[in-house]
Amino acid sequence: MTSDATIVATVEDLLRELAPQVLGALTRRFGSFETAEDATQEALIAAASQWPDQGIPDNPRGWLITVGSRRLTDQLRSDLARVRRETAAAALLPPVELVTPGPEDDPATDEDDTLKLLFLCCHPSLSAPSQVALTLRAVGGLTTAQIASAFLAPESTMAQRISRAKQTIRTAGARFSLPPEDERAERLRVVLQVLYLIFNEGYAASSGPDLQRADLTAEAIRLARDLRRLLPDDGEVAGLLALMLLTDARRSARTTADGSLVPLADQDRSRWDRSSIREGVDLITATLAQAPVGPYQLQAAIAAIHDEAQTAADTDWRQILVLYELLEELASNPIVTLNHAVAVAMVKGPRAGLEMLSTLDADDRLAGHHRLEAVRAHLLEMAGDVAGARDRYRIAARRTSSIPEQRYLEARAARLTEAS
Amino acid sequence: MKYVVLIYSNPRTWEEMPAAERDRALGVHHTSLKELRESGELIRVDGLASAAAAKTIRTRGGVPVVTDGPFGEAKEFLAGVWAIDVESLDRALEIAAPVAEYDTVEVRELMDLSGLEM
Repeated sequence: MTSDATIVATVEDLLRELAPQVLGALTRRFGSFETAEDATQEALIAAASQWPDQGIPDNPRGWLITVGSRRLTDQLRSDLARVRRETAAAALLPPVELVTPGPEDDPATDEDDTLKLLFLCCHPSLSAPSQVALTLRAVGGLTTAQIASAFLAPESTMAQRISRAKQTIRTAGARFSLPPEDERAERLRVVLQVLYLIFNEGYAASSGPDLQRADLTAEAIRLARDLRRLLPDDGEVAGLLALMLLTDARRSARTTADGSLVPLADQDRSRWDRSSIREGVDLITATLAQAPVGPYQLQAAIAAIHDEAQTAADTDWRQILVLYELLEELASNPIVTLNHAVAVAMVKGPRAGLEMLSTLDADDRLAGHHRLEAVRAHLLEMAGDVAGARDRYRIAARRTSSIPEQRYLEARAARLTEAS
Repeated sequence: MKYVVLIYSNPRTWEEMPAAERDRALGVHHTSLKELRESGELIRVDGLASAAAAKTIRTRGGVPVVTDGPFGEAKEFLAGVWAIDVESLDRALEIAAPVAEYDTVEVRELMDLSGLEM
């Protein structure tokens, strides 16, 4: 990396870290999240273009707040002019000099702000794509252009989505404050879901043209780390972070250079990231010993067992099966049952797994889904039903909207055709 | 999830429609597109020129053969393509419903380069 590129990367990291702090401070001062968010974004963009050349200011946070405040003040002035208020009213606005950082901007407030912002951006009145986009911009400090490129959408589409999301939040009467105690758990569940969604968007991306999407996993892990710092005693926050680390550890082994998918059993385990695995295992082990168990913790525990197996054959499927049974009790859904069926097949044989799968055929949420047919195909193959497996691989290949999955499923079907 | 909304139209239906009704029906299209633009769900929108001017090309044995007119014998021709990015298939169908009043509208998911190991 050249020194210029190093400076740009340093500036970017710093801006991402400061983004929620600046937005929090501006929202508290000016009272409107919607306009403060735009002003923060403008201040970040100004810093990203100026700092690499002119150097990072002594007080970068103060610089951003001042620039953001100036934008907001300018905007308020022009709004006032537009509605033809008396000039006297404009004079009541705080001059920029007075809005440089004050004593109220201590680190404890910053932490509260980040948490409040997460709850606001993951407000239940928003659709999932809007929650994701707004969280990445307001809390993650990404630019609209970066978010648009990660989701392969035009920048204008993403800008509109973010602006609509902010309007929706305002209409819903959401406030820049922590949700009331009785809503806290449910609201936190949505925040965790949004972070996991961001992670999966990045994790599912293959290599090559999709590399920018892969950055989303790093961003999701960073946000989960922030959240864990803010809520160190929450077992599910720790569970989600551990799950991300333990999954991301396998990333470089999960695709080949041409973007083809490599199933877990066939992955080159020497390419797994040992330090992520160590961190994830330590985190989930410590958490399970202390906190009340939850779905993310159980999924992290399952991921840990996979990651700790020296070879696919060493996998402790009995323990995985027990964890899936617990997960079904705690948070049953068709995807859990699907994975549970695989564990059943590994412990009790493919026919037992297929029997469990058949319970999903009547479930509208998953019936006909390519993933159900793909798992069925694998279990039929295990059971020695070559023709049945081939048919199911083909059905699954036709139903997926993922090109790498389709290629993988077609290859499995073709292999069975040659073998028979 | 990204979808394309493919609008298949019979030109005669629109030609024979009273002007006021045509204006109303086109107004429905415009309102839908405006809403999609504002919600951040529209990726792009294209209208297609008349199918009468279409050329169909087939290359067989390395030889391209060009014929006049659209492919197939249908009375309805592809007239518009909307690319949208929405939360679910249900939402995509909700978007397609108002423009399917006189035309046949096909909703197709776009394939993606991302995928999960199975």
